[in-house]
Amino acid sequence: MKGWKEKGTIGRVKRREGMTAYLFSTPAIILLIMFIAVPVVIAICYSLMDYNTLRPEAQSFIGISNYINLMNDSEFWNAFKNTVYFTVIVVPLQCGLALALALLVSKKTRGVSIFRIAFFAPTVTSMVVIAILWQIILNSSSAQGWFNAILTNLGFEAIPFLTSKATAMNSIIMMSAWQGAGYQMMIFLAGIQGISNDLYEAADMDGANVIQKFRYITMPGLKNVSKYVVLITSIQAMRLFTQPYIMTQGGPQDSTKTLVYYIYNEAFRSRKFGYACAAAVIYFVIIVILSLALKKLLKSD
Amino acid sequence: MSKKMKRRVKNVVYYIVGTLVALIFVAPMIWMLVSSLKNEPDIFKNLSSLSTFIPKSITLENFQSVFERTPMLRFIFNSLFYCLAIVILDLLVNSMFGYALAKFQFKGREILTNCVVALMVFPFEAIILALYVEINSFGWLNSWLALIVPFIGKCFTIYLFRQFFVDFPDELLEAARIDGCGPFRIFIKIVIPNSGPVFATAFILDFSAHWNDYLWPLLVSTNEEMRTIQLGIATFFNTEPIEYGPIMAALVICTIPMLILFLILQKYYVQGITSSGIKG
Repeated sequence: MKGWKEKGTIGRVKRREGMTAYLFSTPAIILLIMFIAVPVVIAICYSLMDYNTLRPEAQSFIGISNYINLMNDSEFWNAFKNTVYFTVIVVPLQCGLALALALLVSKKTRGVSIFRIAFFAPTVTSMVVIAILWQIILNSSSAQGWFNAILTNLGFEAIPFLTSKATAMNSIIMMSAWQGAGYQMMIFLAGIQGISNDLYEAADMDGANVIQKFRYITMPGLKNVSKYVVLITSIQAMRLFTQPYIMTQGGPQDSTKTLVYYIYNEAFRSRKFGYACAAAVIYFVIIVILSLALKKLLKSD
Repeated sequence: MSKKMKRRVKNVVYYIVGTLVALIFVAPMIWMLVSSLKNEPDIFKNLSSLSTFIPKSITLENFQSVFERTPMLRFIFNSLFYCLAIVILDLLVNSMFGYALAKFQFKGREILTNCVVALMVFPFEAIILALYVEINSFGWLNSWLALIVPFIGKCFTIYLFRQFFVDFPDELLEAARIDGCGPFRIFIKIVIPNSGPVFATAFILDFSAHWNDYLWPLLVSTNEEMRTIQLGIATFFNTEPIEYGPIMAALVICTIPMLILFLILQKYYVQGITSSGIKG
């Protein structure tokens, strides 16, 4: 009798706990459905329609025509190429820089926290501020651009950093790596601090030098952290928009037009909303494939 | 050379290298600050020498000009208001969900947790057009609702809270339950007051992310009076007459609130970045 009663109480407690759990969860779940799941469905629906916002009454279902047209759209492929180029260059650059900075500030010594704050300062500053500031600094005339003033003073020729097709994207890459490296530095730093000090002491006893210690202790110790850093940096890089939008407006000659910029332009400049949604769906698929591939890499060994 | 000397030389080299690298990161920011205090013609004088960092005379005219030429106070208020609104609602809603995922037994818990983790790297840019259509159909364009409501539910914060609450001592909860507290009272009276760090972390990460928002406000806040600070300075940058002193001043104004917040909450900011990195 007693046992039965206890069982009943536990059952009731459990059921009540389930109810409370749903009460606690519902607000967040509703919001996530409304503003992630519903937009995904909307995007897919519009991507199958001919929908120009200048003629909203003339919507029609056109199947996968938008996708087929995209595949033949050289501007789309150009944007794709630019985004991939940016990602492929900026990820190793930024991660490498971040690792170097982390090694520099992992030393336990006085004043090191000032270095940390310095390296982190651009990351705390908004991308809009950074982009405007660098557009001024990288002005192609040596009378107004700080960098070019220094270059010409040293006897070099002024570089049209943002105004030539050959250098614009590379300038944005440099600036982005400079701006973002502090963030990844913090993750690497936590990884380095997580490596047991005993390992380094043992290595010291064996007479290992700095490079050997890095090669055989630090690098293996940072394996998982590095993979995670590469994952988030890559996804961050694929989202490139603010820098070219402010600094180059996608130019010169579309050399800094990225996928997000392309989607924005098709939707709000060309007003081809359905078409832009198809591009957004493809963009989404690319990111999912990229993150799944990188996650698989993360999980391996 | 003695061992002590060797160590001292090593230390000096370390500080020199560190300082040089640090300068690469802060010099542009210092230049921005110094230029904002200069007279317009002085900004581009002696650019190639170090004296570009030393203002001949200090003036606050540039700052005055920013406030005269743009409703900068309005922009600052707008950004502060919508960012704080998002963050407060985000902390409330997502901490509750994270708590449920961490401490309650219920059907679907595993699936929900996996969904949250999977959606953490969701590319917002991919749904931005569809979200725009949705917000437009609600009639929310150029309103606070468009800036705030879509960003309250956030998988990253949910996961952050879940990870923290998993380690929350059950004894505390049990003691409160025996005292006759209901689950909501336990959450408000016991859990929240004992979870300061995770709330601070979520606060600073979320606030800084939205303070820096650009693309979404660009789409939904087209009225000047709804403009955020990032939109405000980007527009100001392209408004004739283009004077670089006031532009620099505007950049400084936009940077200072985040910098102060960062210096105060530095520890939590870093914790937020790293905890996601190590556990994720």
